[in-house]
Amino acid sequence: MGNELLIKNGHVIDPANRINKKCDVLIVDEKFAEVGRISSLVARRSSLERGTSHPSSLKLRGAGGSRVTVIDATGKLVVPGLIDIHVHFREPGDEEEETIASGSAAAVAAGFTSVVCMPNTTPPIEDETDVEYVHRKARKARKTHVYTMGAITKGREGVELAEMGFMTEAGAVGFTDDGSGVGDPAVMLRALKYAQMFNVVIAQHCQDDRIAGPGVMNSGYYSTILGLPGLDPLAEEAMLWRDIQLVKKIKPGTVRYHAQHISTAGSVELIRAAKKQGLPVTCEVTPHHLLLTEKCCAEYDTNYKVNPPLRTERDIEALKEAIAEGLIDALVTDHAPHLASEKELEFLAAPFGIAGLECALGLYVKALIEPGILDWPGLIRLMTEKPAKIIGVDKGTMSRGKQADVTIIDPDTEYKIDVNKFRSKSRNCPYHGWKVKGKVEKTIVDGEIRFSAEACPP
Amino acid sequence: MKILLNAKQIDGILDKLAGRIVADRPDNIKIAVIGIRSRGEILAQRLAGRLSKKIKGGVPCGTLDITLYRDDLNSPKGNTQPKVRTTEIGFDIDDKIIILVDDVLHTGRSARAAMDALIDLGRPKAIRLAVLVDRAGREFPIQADYAGYRANAKPGKLVQVLLKESDGKEQVVVE
Amino acid sequence: MAVKTRTREFKWERKHLLGLRELGADEITYILDTAAGFEQISRRAVKKAPPLRGKLVVNLFFEESTRTRNSFALAASRLSADVIEFTKKDSSVSKGETLLDTARNLEAMGIDIVVIRHGAGGAPTLLSKYINACVVNAGDGYCEHPTQGLLDAYTIRKLKGSLEGLKIAIVGDISHSRVARSDMWAMTKLGAEVTFVGPPTLIPPKVDQLPVKVSYSLDEVIEKVDVINMLRIQFERLGGNPFPSVREYSHYFGLTVDRMKRAKSDILVMHPGPINRGLEMESEVADGRNSVILQQVTNGVAVRMAVLFLVNQAAAEAAGQV
Repeated sequence: MGNELLIKNGHVIDPANRINKKCDVLIVDEKFAEVGRISSLVARRSSLERGTSHPSSLKLRGAGGSRVTVIDATGKLVVPGLIDIHVHFREPGDEEEETIASGSAAAVAAGFTSVVCMPNTTPPIEDETDVEYVHRKARKARKTHVYTMGAITKGREGVELAEMGFMTEAGAVGFTDDGSGVGDPAVMLRALKYAQMFNVVIAQHCQDDRIAGPGVMNSGYYSTILGLPGLDPLAEEAMLWRDIQLVKKIKPGTVRYHAQHISTAGSVELIRAAKKQGLPVTCEVTPHHLLLTEKCCAEYDTNYKVNPPLRTERDIEALKEAIAEGLIDALVTDHAPHLASEKELEFLAAPFGIAGLECALGLYVKALIEPGILDWPGLIRLMTEKPAKIIGVDKGTMSRGKQADVTIIDPDTEYKIDVNKFRSKSRNCPYHGWKVKGKVEKTIVDGEIRFSAEACPP
Repeated sequence: MKILLNAKQIDGILDKLAGRIVADRPDNIKIAVIGIRSRGEILAQRLAGRLSKKIKGGVPCGTLDITLYRDDLNSPKGNTQPKVRTTEIGFDIDDKIIILVDDVLHTGRSARAAMDALIDLGRPKAIRLAVLVDRAGREFPIQADYAGYRANAKPGKLVQVLLKESDGKEQVVVE
Repeated sequence: MAVKTRTREFKWERKHLLGLRELGADEITYILDTAAGFEQISRRAVKKAPPLRGKLVVNLFFEESTRTRNSFALAASRLSADVIEFTKKDSSVSKGETLLDTARNLEAMGIDIVVIRHGAGGAPTLLSKYINACVVNAGDGYCEHPTQGLLDAYTIRKLKGSLEGLKIAIVGDISHSRVARSDMWAMTKLGAEVTFVGPPTLIPPKVDQLPVKVSYSLDEVIEKVDVINMLRIQFERLGGNPFPSVREYSHYFGLTVDRMKRAKSDILVMHPGPINRGLEMESEVADGRNSVILQQVTNGVAVRMAVLFLVNQAAAEAAGQV
């Protein structure tokens, strides 16, 4: 009895428990047992009784049948396992782009111990058997925890509600038609009303299709000179504004609304006002909306084709300000893998998306830590405690007794992003060659080391 | 207001009526008493009590609500509204002699309605009408088989029977 | 001089029954008391009484309904009235004759009472303003179905003695239900505590201004109530997909044998009919020992007899005073 994992001498950051100091983490039987100076506990232990289940009663080494692993985390950050609440694993339907197995392998290598899949697969995740399918595939892969959101409407067509009740009972952590927004306000209102029975989050890819039209990049100077149809910021802001009005009509305390991948200064304004009114509204931001602008599309490189599109410097500033202000609730990748053959098309025709899981951390450091917008605890909070709250799962902390998901990060060593080393099946990523800091050393899921950098060739 | 009968006299009349009913009864035919709501009901119970003492096996008693059979439903006069209540007859009326009991026989319309109501309930062997007070003023060809007291009230005067159970006192008055 | 009776002096003065919202508790009680007197007629050999002899009642039904129509026809004929059936499937809006014209034509033939069921809330009220005959609402849009509310209250009163203090749940598509509304008026006026139960998408707006509680969970409510009335999911009326599937609806709001195990042993199970077996309730519950659904039907005839009798009474008195 008793598998123990001791992570020594690292700099532990657990924002939920306000820990930000050098100390140790002890994991016993998949659960957090102790966070503190464990070595000072060792002396106390030998005088305690053996045989009780309290961890401090177990000896450090070789206690009757227990396996002990020690990780020396000197100079590293030790944080709760990172959580990405917005990824696309293309299973079922587009397994050549990504599977739950390959996606979760990529995630775990990137330091993520939990991810939330989007339901825009083929067919979409819209009933309890679809939810159970994802869970089963994830268990089999045995890498990260994989959660999924269910579709709000059947077929993601935006007309009829999908079986939210059954999906929630099967373990869906929220609902979204991501890939599309729910265009009909009556349908969205009905979805919010119906969801009151289940205490879930309803997430929206804010995009009014009628305003968006055939847009493939931000509507602005570059779309004009490049001769490409533009996606007006209004398409995002109009739906976000509308949804906030709908949320006001719902009884407080019954439903949560989450605006996915917001990208404009206007959206930031709307979120600011909504939060000021105390509405149950949260939002998330991707790394590319903090680092890249529409200018990147100038060469028609489809690696920069995303939805929402890359915007302007002003939008980036507004988003960074919002992060500093505490308005943004989660950092997500919107990992959207595509085959090379799919992206090697003219800009107009290529699919939207960046496969960004495996560069996420380094990019966040570059976008937020280096310019001083956030410190490490602030960054970690947006990748652990806060996203966990949005989807309502009991993770993102190192509280005693919780399942032990831990990420060990080297914050200082600079390295180059190399897409060819990605474990994801896809390579559609514009960051190849970027020099970044913030490297994942180890990823621990349920007390088990599921990724170790040193085990990989450099 | 003139008192026609007092409590003692009412009692005496009921005794006499009971006596005559028993005397008239053919041996092998059952009788039952049915009172017309609402004072007829009270009188019927008193009468049935007296009859039960004289007839072996007792005499059952029921209550008839005649509201639905009244002929003035569709051309109402006066301030009161007829209220539909329940008829409570817990026995079969077929082949019995039914003693219909009412407080006052005046125009004959109530008795007519009561007979219509009874016939919708079954087929009695015979119906005999017993009333405490019989006053002149028939509008229908109906007579009481057993009349307790013949009142000579002038038309326009109201003859009223007041009973302990419903009115708190026992008298028959004319006003 | 008025004869003193044991009951309180009360006079029924309405020649129309348009809804229960405007009725007082005393009026509702009076109808129920009157209905008790009519119940017996349906049980004896000669199932007729003469009060409405020579009167003409027309069933003016603009919506499909065999159940209510037959109940009214039966009630009328048990009171010796003559009945004519007038079912007009297309509403007057799309074809030819307006509602008023239809009614006036019938009135010209000498009708005394119009029993009307119409898809538009307020149609009976409109009629009552323009024709002389009595108007009885047999269901207008999703406004009211007063005789259903009355027979539901009557059924509960008969079995429980009184509605005072009873906890009653009404489950289903409240937003489109005239039965829910009429039940609410009747039951709350008689002192019961009513809870509407359904998915949030089927609860009408501003329900907090109505004298009812609301719950989105049948499981939460089932253990606490003395009476449960399951409304029919009327697919023809639903519009706009308020729940994802029939399966999910009955998972959360169906009255199953399992849910009944947690209910009070003497709970009354009611349904206005017709039942979608397996949807609103499982067959075993519909046919089970707590179900009073068939009694509702029987009581419906007596209650409708009382209503026809009373409105006719009021009309006769009003005519007599002219």
